[in-house]
This record gives sequence, structure tokens and C-alpha cells, in this order.
Amino acid sequence: MGLKEWLQSKKEQKNLDRPATAALIDDEVGKLWTKCYNCGANLPSKEVEENLNVCPKCGYHFRINATERIKQVMDLMSFKETEANLGSVDPLNFKDLKPYKARQKEAQNKTKLNDAIITGTGKINGESVAVAVMEFAFMGGSMGSVVGEKISRLMELAINKKLPVVIFTSSGGARMQEGIFSLMQMAKTSCAVSKLNENKILYITVLTEPTFGGVTASFGTLGDIIIAEQGARMGFAGRRVIEQTIRQKLPSDFQTAEYFLKHGQVDMICSRDNLKETIANLIRLHASKK
Amino acid sequence: MQKVTQLPFEKPIYEIEDKIEELKNLSRDSGIDLSAQIDTLTKQAEEFKKKLYNNLQPYERIQIARHAQRPTFLDYVRNITTDWVEFHGDRAGTDDRSIIGGIGRIDDRPMLIVGTQKGRTTRENLEYNFGMPHPEGYRKALRLFKHAEKFNLPIVTIIDTPGAYPGIKAEETGQGGAIAKNLLEMAKLTVPVISVITGEGCSGGALGLAVANKVYMLENAYYTVITPEGCASILWSDASYADKAADALQITADFLLKSKIIDGIIKEPLGGAHYEPEVACENLKEMVLKGLSELDGLDEKQIVEDRYKKFRDMGEVKASLF
Repeated sequence: MGLKEWLQSKKEQKNLDRPATAALIDDEVGKLWTKCYNCGANLPSKEVEENLNVCPKCGYHFRINATERIKQVMDLMSFKETEANLGSVDPLNFKDLKPYKARQKEAQNKTKLNDAIITGTGKINGESVAVAVMEFAFMGGSMGSVVGEKISRLMELAINKKLPVVIFTSSGGARMQEGIFSLMQMAKTSCAVSKLNENKILYITVLTEPTFGGVTASFGTLGDIIIAEQGARMGFAGRRVIEQTIRQKLPSDFQTAEYFLKHGQVDMICSRDNLKETIANLIRLHASKK
Repeated sequence: MQKVTQLPFEKPIYEIEDKIEELKNLSRDSGIDLSAQIDTLTKQAEEFKKKLYNNLQPYERIQIARHAQRPTFLDYVRNITTDWVEFHGDRAGTDDRSIIGGIGRIDDRPMLIVGTQKGRTTRENLEYNFGMPHPEGYRKALRLFKHAEKFNLPIVTIIDTPGAYPGIKAEETGQGGAIAKNLLEMAKLTVPVISVITGEGCSGGALGLAVANKVYMLENAYYTVITPEGCASILWSDASYADKAADALQITADFLLKSKIIDGIIKEPLGGAHYEPEVACENLKEMVLKGLSELDGLDEKQIVEDRYKKFRDMGEVKASLF
């Protein structure tokens, strides 16, 4: 291996080690300075926050939580939450190293949410929408019965009120702790999308960092329009599983938004600052009255 | 039929059977009458078998479900259909051999039968990719579902897969999207759909063929959101805890029937379908015909509504104030 290749491989390795978009870790929040994972710049936290949690120096997108997403995307004071008090049960009485109930409690304390999704209605640059935002910090944004049920109810509400549906995904996949019930949420949410189609309701999915597994294999990829947020990674199987199965090195851009754009799996990549207007414009373009 | 390969937990049975064989040989060679001892041992063996097979642990059932001699999709097709014709390809460049589909008659009634195929030899396993479909396989299945709908043929899917294939090309051609599309399109089919999990029913790879009006499982099959090995390596950080994960995930037919995820259990011969494949095939055929007869009275709209309602009601939630 020549020096040039060695440097190249080092660089690629560094790219792989770095999260595509990492969350501001809890204890960093409230700190005055934030270090960018990409360019290493030390930035005033306030400046990063005011820039939609995107690094002002290099454009690196920090991961944001569901509440912050709603704040960024929805018009001021327009968001009304639905089904906020829907919570999970523990149908399998599941226990691994910790009981599922304890993991739920932990996640609830951490995120101040009942489960891994917020749904509601509101406006995006003046356009009325039914919207759902997944919360990755709640057990990896995993889809159990509550996520499936809230998405189904949101879609039913959208049909009733004739609202376009926008869903921001961020999920590791189905929630193992609810076993087969989680798997069935994939069928349930897909059935709900078929009802949206029947009623000619516009459905936009925004795949944000990261979107994998059961969400990719159900409502996540069933949007009439699929937007990938800049810097997001997505796919069906996780990188590690694929590496273990095929035992070969994966391309360094594997499963990035750019990779899936190139392979025709998403309609467009959108940076965070353009997201709001892009969605609003798409809604207007599809609202022609005959 | 070749000799059945034994599973680790079956060892005690084989030991008793070897002992019986030994006594028989001894009796023949020496001329001593050992029939009393042989009878007692034979009885013991029978009782032990019943006790063992009626109290199988989840991870033991998984081993039966994965048994190399378990009947495959094509075994079922050969045993229960007549006039079978296979159709190939997704019409977009690929014929994924891990999913096979065609039309044949079951009890004189033509129907579309689609399923995942596993091999027995290395050559076959390479051809069928160990029963792990690529997106092209799901698209081929969907093309055939639409064909069946056009000609008003009932659809039977027979599922035995460790999951959809995790690979580079599968990601590039949209594994997630292909499964999602099948879930959505299957929800709308106007003909009756019956799915049978015959062995492994793993994750989205299985569900992508199983949005059905009736879902059945063979007695020793398992149906799960993630392979127990995968679950163990994530939650226990060690795949060797797969037996613990199998318990926790509740993957057996009994539990899934109780939870209304499936609609019926197909009996297997004692010890598993591979001991008497013809019996398993016959039982599967009976259950498919029973399921179809229950759906025969419904019109197209009712068929779709029946399927929608079934999946809409799945999942458990509660009102909780956090």
C-alpha cells in the first residue's frame, strides 16, 4: 500500500467512525460551546442552535429531537398535538438484561414523551398538514404498537380532514421488545397508506438520520415523494449485519442520502434550512383544483 | 427417504433406539429371547418421545423449523398440486430464485402459489440464496399477485425464510421499498390470500408475503420480528444467548394464535414435518382448503375489508398520562 492509499484509507476510516449526524449529547446542551463532529470547529452553542443545529462552518447537520424538529418546521403556534396520551403496554412481558418496562420508563424520563413519536396537525409556511415526527432518543425511535397506532390514526385523521401527510422518520426499525406486535405495525401502517392513496391524499416522507429496518420497509418508503435530509443515513439492513453476511468492505458512502439518490431510492436531498419551504412548495404544487 | 439427521436435543431418543437395535442383534446372534426387554425399552422410547416433542422449548422448535430435511416450498407444491406451471421473473431484469411462483390446482381448484425456496445441497442453496430474497424477488411476487387478481385466482403463499437478504445490491435496488410496496399492494388485493409459515418466518422478509386474510403456521414453525440470534446480539451483546431471546420474543405458533396474529396451527407428525413429509403436506392442504372455504362467501370489497380490519386491529396500546 502506497502512502497515498494509506492516507486515503485513514480518511475513509475516519469518515466511517464519525456519526453522519450526531445528537448534541445531553450534558452538552446548555454548554456555551459546541464542537462540530465534522470540521472540529469550536462554536458558540447559541450560534449552532440559531442555525437550525447545522454547523455554520461546514454545514454538518447535528441530530435534533422531535420537539426541536417541530419547532423548526411548523409555523409558530400552529402545531396541535394529537393522541399525546397513547402509551405502550408490555404484551410479551419482555425482559433481556433489563425489563422492557424499565427501558420504557428510562426513555420517558429522558425524552419527556410517552413513546417514540409525536403526531399532530399544523401549518408549514401557511399550508395545513397532518404531521408525525419520530424521536430517535426514545429507544432508537423503534416502532412498536404505539408508533404504528399513532401513524394509522394520523392518516385516518388526514383522510377525514383532507390534509396532506408529512412524516419525519428516524428509527432503527421495529421494536424488538414488542416482538411480533411490532412486526405487524409494518403491515398496519402500510394498510393505512393504501387508504391515503385511495383518497388521493398527498403523502411526503422525510428520511432523517437514521432510518432503518422496519420503518424503511413500511411507511418510510411509501411516500408519494421521498425526501432525504442532508447527512442522513438510511437503509433496510444495518451496516454491521451486511458486513457480517457478505464479508467484504462496503463503499465509504454506503447508505448515505447521496448513495440512495444515486440509486434512485429517494426523490431529493434537502438541507435543513430548505426543508420547510421545499415541503410547502410541494404541497402547493399538488393542490391544483380541477 | 434418506435417514433423518438427528438434532442435539433428540440424542436421548436415538440412544434408546440404538440400545434396542443392539439388543435385537444380540438376541438374533445368540439365540437368547430378549423380547421382554426390547418391548419395555420400545415402550419407554415411545413415551419419552411423546413427552419430549409435546414439551418443546422455543429454541428446540427453531431447530426443527430449520432442519435441513424439512419440506421446502417445492416439496409442498409437488405433493399438493396438479397441473403446476412455474412463472419466472420480475420483468425488470431479474428472476430471483429465492421466491418461486406459479399456478397449479389444489383439489381441482386453480390458484396462484408463491413462496420462498430453500435448498438442501450447497448448489441448491446458492441457487435459492438460502431462501433470502432480494427486492427483485418481492417484485416478482407482486407481479404474480396482480396476475392472480386479474384472473380471480386465490393466492396461497408458503413462507420459510431467515429474512430478506442483507447485501449491497439489495440495498441499492431498494430492499425496504420493495417489501413496503408488497405490504401496501397486498392490502388491496381483491382475491382471497392465504399465507402459511412453514419453517422460518423472519421479520419483514416474511411479512412481505404474508399480508393475508388467513395466516397459518406449522406447529414447529416460528414467526418473529427479528431472528433470535440478531436479537441476542443486540440486547445481550452476544448471539449465543439466542435461546433466551427466543423465549423472550414469544415466537411459537401457540402464543401467536392466542394473540390473534395467526388464524390456525397446522399439525405436524411427531418430531416434525421432516419425519413424515407427506403427512405435513396433506395437513397443509386441508388447512388451505378450509381457509378458502371460509372466505368463499365474501365479495371483492369484503375480502379487502376483512384483510384491512385484521391488520388494523393488531397491536396493544393504552391511554397513559406521562
